Amino acid sequence: MAGPARRGSAPASPVTDAVPVLKTYKLFVGGAFPRSESGRTYPVRGPKGEFLANVAQGSRKDARDAVAAARKGFRAWSGATAYNRGQVIYRIAEMLQGRRAQFVELLVTGEGLRPKAAESAVDAAIDRVVHYAGWTDKIAAVYGSSNPVAGPFFSFSTPEPTGVVAAFAPPEDSLLGLIGVIAPIITSGNAVVVVASSERPLPAVTLAEVLATSDLPGGVVNVLTGDAAEIGPHLAAHADVNALDLTGVSGDLREALARTAAGTVKRVYAPTRTPDFAAPPGTARLRAFLETKTVWHPTGAVSLAGGSGY
Amino acid sequence: MTQTDKPSSATDVARRRTHTPLQWEYAPAPESAATGRIRPRYQMFIGGEFVDGHGGDVNTINPATEESLAAVTWSTTEDVDAAVRAARTAYEKTWSKMTGLQRGKYLYRIARGIAERARELAVVETLDNGKPIKESRDVDVPTASAHFFYHAGWADKLAHAGFGAAPRPLGVAGQVIPWNFPLLMAAWKIAPALAAGNTVVIKPAETTPLSILVLAEIIADAGLPPGVVNIVTGAGDIGAHLVNHPGIDKVAFTGSTEVGRKIQASLAGTGRKLTLELGGKAANIIFDDAPIDQAVEGIVNGIFFNQGHVCCAGSRLLVQESVADEVISKLRDRISTLRLGDPMDKNTDVGAINSAEQLGKIRELAAAGEAEGADRWTSPCPLPDRGFFFPPTVFTDVSQAMRIAREEIFGPVLSVLTFRTPDEAIAKANNTPYGLSAGVWTEKGSRILGMAAAMRAGVVWANTFNRFDPTAAFGGYKESGFGREGGTSGLAAYLDTDDEGAA
Amino acid sequence: MTSPDDSSGTGTGSVAVAARPGAVPPPRPALPPHLADAVADEAALRRFLHGLPGVDPVGVEARAAALATRSIKKASKLAALDLAISMVDLTTLEGADTPGKVRSLCAKARRPDPDRPDTPRVAAVCVYPDRVAVAAEELAGTGIGIASVATAFPSGRSSLAVKLADTQLALDAGATEIDMVIDRGAFLAGHYGKVFDEIAAVRDTVRRAPGGVRLKVILETGELATYDNVRRASWLAMLAGADFIKTSTGKVSPAATLPVVHVMLQAVRDWRAETGEQVAVKPAGGIRTAKDAIRHLVAVHEVAGTDWLDPFYFRFGASSLLNDLIMQRRTQLEGHYSGPDYVTVD
Repeated sequence: MAGPARRGSAPASPVTDAVPVLKTYKLFVGGAFPRSESGRTYPVRGPKGEFLANVAQGSRKDARDAVAAARKGFRAWSGATAYNRGQVIYRIAEMLQGRRAQFVELLVTGEGLRPKAAESAVDAAIDRVVHYAGWTDKIAAVYGSSNPVAGPFFSFSTPEPTGVVAAFAPPEDSLLGLIGVIAPIITSGNAVVVVASSERPLPAVTLAEVLATSDLPGGVVNVLTGDAAEIGPHLAAHADVNALDLTGVSGDLREALARTAAGTVKRVYAPTRTPDFAAPPGTARLRAFLETKTVWHPTGAVSLAGGSGY
Repeated sequence: MTQTDKPSSATDVARRRTHTPLQWEYAPAPESAATGRIRPRYQMFIGGEFVDGHGGDVNTINPATEESLAAVTWSTTEDVDAAVRAARTAYEKTWSKMTGLQRGKYLYRIARGIAERARELAVVETLDNGKPIKESRDVDVPTASAHFFYHAGWADKLAHAGFGAAPRPLGVAGQVIPWNFPLLMAAWKIAPALAAGNTVVIKPAETTPLSILVLAEIIADAGLPPGVVNIVTGAGDIGAHLVNHPGIDKVAFTGSTEVGRKIQASLAGTGRKLTLELGGKAANIIFDDAPIDQAVEGIVNGIFFNQGHVCCAGSRLLVQESVADEVISKLRDRISTLRLGDPMDKNTDVGAINSAEQLGKIRELAAAGEAEGADRWTSPCPLPDRGFFFPPTVFTDVSQAMRIAREEIFGPVLSVLTFRTPDEAIAKANNTPYGLSAGVWTEKGSRILGMAAAMRAGVVWANTFNRFDPTAAFGGYKESGFGREGGTSGLAAYLDTDDEGAA
Repeated sequence: MTSPDDSSGTGTGSVAVAARPGAVPPPRPALPPHLADAVADEAALRRFLHGLPGVDPVGVEARAAALATRSIKKASKLAALDLAISMVDLTTLEGADTPGKVRSLCAKARRPDPDRPDTPRVAAVCVYPDRVAVAAEELAGTGIGIASVATAFPSGRSSLAVKLADTQLALDAGATEIDMVIDRGAFLAGHYGKVFDEIAAVRDTVRRAPGGVRLKVILETGELATYDNVRRASWLAMLAGADFIKTSTGKVSPAATLPVVHVMLQAVRDWRAETGEQVAVKPAGGIRTAKDAIRHLVAVHEVAGTDWLDPFYFRFGASSLLNDLIMQRRTQLEGHYSGPDYVTVD
């Protein structure tokens, strides 16, 4: 079932068999699936060059809408309890598991993976989501602290999400790489605008369908398809974007986006080594979009007898 | 209950006892300048040696008198190159091969050395910077020593910092620090870098090179291996050369957002780790149930500590309308008691502005506040007839749109805005590209925690302000920079914490 | 009431005055409406006192500690020492107080430093009611005040009738200042009206005495336990007509501490801002050194203001403090340190 039903593919018997209903691949912004405001699409082709689908070609204004949606999503998501975020993310794993075959099929027919490889990629992606679901309520304990300051104050430091992150998914690893990028971003309470792999966007859009029917608030994950070189500079310059994850871009584009990001002092995560998303994830991605907030309050001195020594 | 008695007539009030209160002027209580042992000339510190730079000598002045304090050798780019080479050699040959415990022992020595020469350093700092001696004595110098002491203990415990079992240092760190806390910022930069196993090349601000060069003596006396800490003097061009130097692995900068942006842009694509501690425009929020007298102290401390030359200064006072008149009235009374003048006098509360240039910026922004229609109030304190001074100033009737509400003034100028509801306070407090610090004053516990969570700022002081400690992370959200100083997150800034699998 | 006084200083240098013979408290101005409303009934009083801004202990202690680092040198130190001497309520409050002891104390009050006749006299001596007569005799015509504790000092645990009789005893014997204690038990139990009424009753008794006797109200801050309570008790006392608010009896620890005095100075400052009436402050107990005294004066100067730098408006309730002040005064004048054997022990 459910691979990308190719336009060109006809039913076995044109007379008796049902003609497959084809899917229109759109953007995922604020929990909805709009077309690009530009009206543009581009064709996505399979491993043998065969036509798979027309995909929305995101524009500057789509990026703008996605950032606005992400800002709204951020407010809801960062305000949720860590337990709730964990449950929502775990729910995503459940839904992925339910759609496992669909994703395997996507990777096999759409990207030419062998079935075994496709299955292991999808399983790894599900495992990755489960892994991060369990992180939500541990981050503060692991990266926060009570600070033994030299004075009558209670001081604590707690990690908080950075805000709206614009991410660029790795071009080659369409599902596992995508999840490897966005899961750590949202785990700590950030919202993300992710630019999917330009050549292999179909799993991203299908993942969006999963997210749309999960309990994830609208706008927490926004998926743009199109050309990173076209959309990227607008995201990098957007003043309401707090951080960039440049995993999926390299070379001159990466440098240009990083330079643009400096205009509003965005946090930039740009790993120098090519990540192995199949390997157990470390914590670097999780930490990349955290801010440490330190809070101070006077303490002690509840009574004159205890507090005054002058 | 009985009612208290009333005056029999209006004239009773007029007949109130009159007297001549004592006009009690504190006699000058100057710290001795001799304690600073200021020398006529200072060299910079490269490879464990005090050396001359190739940029000639530049005089550093005492901003309180505008008189020359000492000559300081100035570096050129070739001196920076030499310093980076020395740091690289030290990193490869000695520092990275030493055990953490041994590294830590050097840091402990430096901490002790600072404490032993504390008064001398305080005097040097005050003479070169213009800050009141009581602040350099009670805050800058002891906190600098504390930073070395705290980080010394980390050197052999990095495996427990939460970044993996064997976190690696980055290599050579290039560090550029500002003029507002010259010695303290040096400590904030050098101590964690060394504890994590890096070597450093650090450049003090153009106008405040002296205290770090005294620190260099302490470092030399501590026997720190040559090249582990290198200090180059100079202006912005030297800083730019340092942060863009291909021989360094890590850049740490504290200063203006404007320069921070440039540094970030210039490092784009290099993969070099960068931490930035930049400007701020902190909101200090006073609710109607605040402990008003302490809040007034907190406001004063928030904006007049170090003449307001503090990136986390509480420069925007957000006061609930229902108590605004009372707070502003008490604030003016309190500010009127601030003693402005000779920074070397132990009773001085507000010292000199660090430079003519900074004084010009403060004046310009204050003039803009007036031009934009805010109501300006100036402390009646007398101003010395020489030196760079600016009286404590409060603007009321300020709106969010005015420059004095949006731009960092970095001086003793407070902008007062009002709010009606907590939501409005949050909205106004966060309505800035900056996000370094915030203050909240209320006696209601749940509101303290709720407001602390709502602030998009790296440090939230509740019922206090401007507290610093090496155990407590400090740093900004948004355009106030990224990376932290202090605590484990401060350590992370100097470690290679990338634990992601690579293909 | 008689007209306020006019007396000029008798101290040295820039010190304005010692105690004023015949000085009387100024007539009480009308309370502004919200304060008049505050004492309408017990519930209103309670609402008012609990509506006062809270005190953050760490903040007030930090401020007090910061001000305590003021460096007072040379002429300003000498002026402060003279002022402090002129503010001393030289106190003996022992079960063992004899007429001889009181006479000796009065001699000290008149001439704190016999070797240096220019030393200011103290503001008052402070004794138990049954020793007032001796003090009155010894101090007649000196202008030095005769303060008497009263109202079942130090605990205040007796009936109002006994307290008023105690007060009257002191007044009849010639006391010019009454140091009453509040009922801390009632205060802590939240019976603010009872505390108020007692103060008001004592005040009425005091007001009826001739010569403008002033009423000091001892809060016994060490038993009030929190700064919030110190602030509330200060306002309560002022609402009830106190001429002075005083920290402690000296029989309870902690007695006068700088941060407590800060809170009380804030209270009198705010009271004047609201009513126009200037209430005096008296820390008592625990202030033993000139250094402590000067720190208090700095607090007076910078928290309440210059108007309180006057023995009429600020006192130190102390016994051993005086000798240290004298010793430090000599050090200032003679240029070398003095020693305890060179000041009289009384």
